[in-house]
Amino acid sequence: MPTVARRIVFAAAFASAAVAVPTAPTSAQATWEPTRPVQFLVPAGTGGGADQMARTIQGIVSKHELMRQPIVVTNKGGGAGAEAFLEVKNSRGNPHVLVITLSNLFTTPLATGVPVSWRDMTPVKMLALDEFVLWVHAESPWHTVSDFIGAAKSQRLRMGGTGSRQEDHIITAAITRATGAQFTYVPFRGGGEVATQLVGRHVDATVNNPIEAVAHWRAGTLRPLCVFDSQRLPVTEKMTATMAWSDIPTCKEAGLDVEYLMLRGIFMPPGVPEAAVAFYIGLLDRVRATPEWQELMRNGAFNTTTMIGADYARWVEREEERHRSLMAEAGFLAR
Amino acid sequence: MADHRGGVRARTAELVAAAAIAALGALVVADAYRIGIAWDLDGPQSGTFPFWTGIIMITASLVTFTFAAFGRSRVLFASSQELASVARLFVPACMFVAGVLVIGLYLPAAALVAWFMAVIGGYRLTTAALSGLAASGVIFVVFEAWFLVALPKGPVEALLGY
Amino acid sequence: MENLDALFAGFAVALVPGNLGLMVLGVMLGIVIGVLPGLGGANGIAILLPLTFAMPPVSAIIMLSCIYWGALFGGAITSILFNIPGEPWSVATTFDGYPMAQQGRAAEALTAAFTSSFVGALFAILMITAIAPLIAAFALRFGPPEFFAVMFLSFASFVGLTQGSAWKTLAAMMAGFLMACVGLDTVTGQLRLTFGSTELLRGIDFLVAVIGLFGISEIMIAMEEGLAFRGATARIDPKVVSQVWKALPRHWAIALRSCVIGCWMGVTPAGATPASFMSYGMARRLSKDGPTFGTGRIEGVIAPEVANNAAGVAALLPMLALGVPGSPTAAVLLGGLVMWGLQPGPMLFIEQKEFVWGLVASMYLGNLASLVVVMALVPWFAAILRIPFAIIAPLILIACAIGAFTVNNAAFDLVLMLVFGVVGYVMKKLDYPLAPMVLALVLGNRTEQSFRQSLLLSDGSLGVFFGNWLVGSIMAVGFLMLFWPMLGRLRAAVLARLSR
Repeated sequence: MPTVARRIVFAAAFASAAVAVPTAPTSAQATWEPTRPVQFLVPAGTGGGADQMARTIQGIVSKHELMRQPIVVTNKGGGAGAEAFLEVKNSRGNPHVLVITLSNLFTTPLATGVPVSWRDMTPVKMLALDEFVLWVHAESPWHTVSDFIGAAKSQRLRMGGTGSRQEDHIITAAITRATGAQFTYVPFRGGGEVATQLVGRHVDATVNNPIEAVAHWRAGTLRPLCVFDSQRLPVTEKMTATMAWSDIPTCKEAGLDVEYLMLRGIFMPPGVPEAAVAFYIGLLDRVRATPEWQELMRNGAFNTTTMIGADYARWVEREEERHRSLMAEAGFLAR
Repeated sequence: MADHRGGVRARTAELVAAAAIAALGALVVADAYRIGIAWDLDGPQSGTFPFWTGIIMITASLVTFTFAAFGRSRVLFASSQELASVARLFVPACMFVAGVLVIGLYLPAAALVAWFMAVIGGYRLTTAALSGLAASGVIFVVFEAWFLVALPKGPVEALLGY
Repeated sequence: MENLDALFAGFAVALVPGNLGLMVLGVMLGIVIGVLPGLGGANGIAILLPLTFAMPPVSAIIMLSCIYWGALFGGAITSILFNIPGEPWSVATTFDGYPMAQQGRAAEALTAAFTSSFVGALFAILMITAIAPLIAAFALRFGPPEFFAVMFLSFASFVGLTQGSAWKTLAAMMAGFLMACVGLDTVTGQLRLTFGSTELLRGIDFLVAVIGLFGISEIMIAMEEGLAFRGATARIDPKVVSQVWKALPRHWAIALRSCVIGCWMGVTPAGATPASFMSYGMARRLSKDGPTFGTGRIEGVIAPEVANNAAGVAALLPMLALGVPGSPTAAVLLGGLVMWGLQPGPMLFIEQKEFVWGLVASMYLGNLASLVVVMALVPWFAAILRIPFAIIAPLILIACAIGAFTVNNAAFDLVLMLVFGVVGYVMKKLDYPLAPMVLALVLGNRTEQSFRQSLLLSDGSLGVFFGNWLVGSIMAVGFLMLFWPMLGRLRAAVLARLSR
């Protein structure tokens, strides 16, 4: 368990720091601590998934007193998040700035041409991956993915999603590429709105995150067809009379070869001290160990994969390449 | 009502304003045209709406311009004296904003309060200066300490550990 | 009946002394949030949210909803006293509220605003108590075309409200639309009108523009007119409250109409902003004294305040029943409720009944507590105008700057604010109307977006705006409002002919 290991390392470092002279590099690394309030940037507006996660972390840190300085959550959603990333890029060396990312870390620079990239930032930790599920209205005649794709091939269906040239749009384009079925993609402003539009049958399908649509599923108005992951969701608790998250087939096993997961990860400005990165990794490990965090993960049926350091950077790099090719094929790149 | 004191005439201001709006409209129309005003796969392109809005704006301000150009009114927009009073507010306000951009909010805010109280209100210099500092202090406590809202800070605040 | 029992159980929980204390504290904090620029609404609640994590769930929710109340009530204060609306939905309150303050009737305007807020909110809570499930189903019928129709109705009932040059009104309105366009186009994900500037990426925020256009320009005019705010001699008489209350029942028709508009807009969820503009526009259009609106008429305060509070409360209904927050503030509140293990959505009213009715009970009590607290403070608020200009002017300037900064945490917005100050000053002096510009700036984005979404859904056919009875009838009312003045003239002409 990395969490436990990390805690032990942390405690040991702390104990040694109490006696050792702080010139020793190892102890200096572990003893860094914020000396002023930490700015936690959210590259989206208030109320969205990233914002909720950031505020949950803020709440957990203050409730369990995990840090002496407070965390201040700041929304900078301008230009599809470009504003927040630019600010991180320009805060070189400032160890009191964190940013939580969603897929717009890749999509915004590619779609708008704004000069930012994850390479301009220091990767800290992958917190979790957000899943995507293909939803249709419960009264629709489509019970399986092949029903749905068959219908989409014979008539142009309307797909609702959050924003344009972002994750929902990319998944839609990927479905088109995999099956040849064309969709009319209609962008809305937030995941909750998208789900309601499907319940009201103003669109035919959505690729909402689990947490955005779960309430309607349980109320019997929406039906999940498949999950865009390589394996089924882990939560086996029954959500409706007959189904649990784990009963939803993966899209691949249902015959639709599309996979997509969204990064919920933490980055820092470039050129920050190693010790600061180590501090925040330790802090986030302790956040992940709290019951509140685990509750959030369960409610949202998140994929709880976590990574740090070089593994994380490699993952992000691969993901960036994938977005570039997906978006290039869909014609979403900035002109 | 003709005013014979010096100042800016309403007609002049009217012409300048209309011309400025039209120029802004032209800028918008050019940019909108660049990003496309046709019908694309995903509906009307991004430029369509601003393009037509810009066209309407230009038309409307050209009409206003023409009316003003043929008007014979000699009414003043503002007398020199009035402009001077406005400047007494606006110049310090600009310096305040410039100050905030460079050294953070707190010191310029104190200076602004002090300047107004001393120069316009005629208070004693010490009273004004102390009030300014007090105002900054209250702002600091309310925003930074209670509500955890980070306001712009400069080198002086950094020295104090913020 | 079962619901009523649950409601009374909720009252019993909420009325514990500790919770009552939290209620008053929450209301006070909410008012502070509403008054301090930049803290307003969403931000303020987001900041205070962690504070409630240490409390038991019931207390936390009571506190949060009272903060929400306080913020809704407090928004009117700066609009009336200084012409600085802290939230988009307070803009319409300035149109008559600020002139009233200038005439020395600040206390009267504040009393009317607070009482109207209470009435609007109460109406909406009653609606939630009585017919919540029905209303939630109605909200589902609103897709993009219906949304556009609502926006069209807001504009139609408001346009042509201002005297003076129609060309200037047109130019001002278009300028508002264009400002709303700056930044990222949400439909295509493309940047527009940014001219390569990273500062313009985030677009022109409504609050920054309004703080400059209304607030800064007002101080400039006060300077020009000789260093004083008009209305500084406001007489503060405790009897004002009872006098205003005696006069208010006369305006019941406006209040009722505004309640309905507010609830409708809140549920759909178009939100409080179109509700306040639409309600103000209709009050003026349907009044015999229409042309004198904007000069300090009390109806001009009642209509938008009733509507925006009714909408603010009604917005909680789709949030609870569908999980779609009706406003950014409601969105943050939703995040807080989720932290408490609440699963918003259709199942909430079935699975977490006690919680829901406890919340509704705290809404009744919170609303009442807010009214009591703000009414007690009216004389103090009105007395702010008596502070010497040399002290209050720089403080307002600083408050404006903080407000403009905190919206996006961007120092560049301070420069924008000053530019808007000059623009507002020039516009006022040259009789360019500010209201249509602000309306277009606030609603422009969502109007354009819903229009384009509709066309996407219909493959470019405008018929979608008359596709079913709901959207068709909203559009029809919109056209009726648009041509109302002409209809009035037509009717007069017909009557004249008949009598001849």
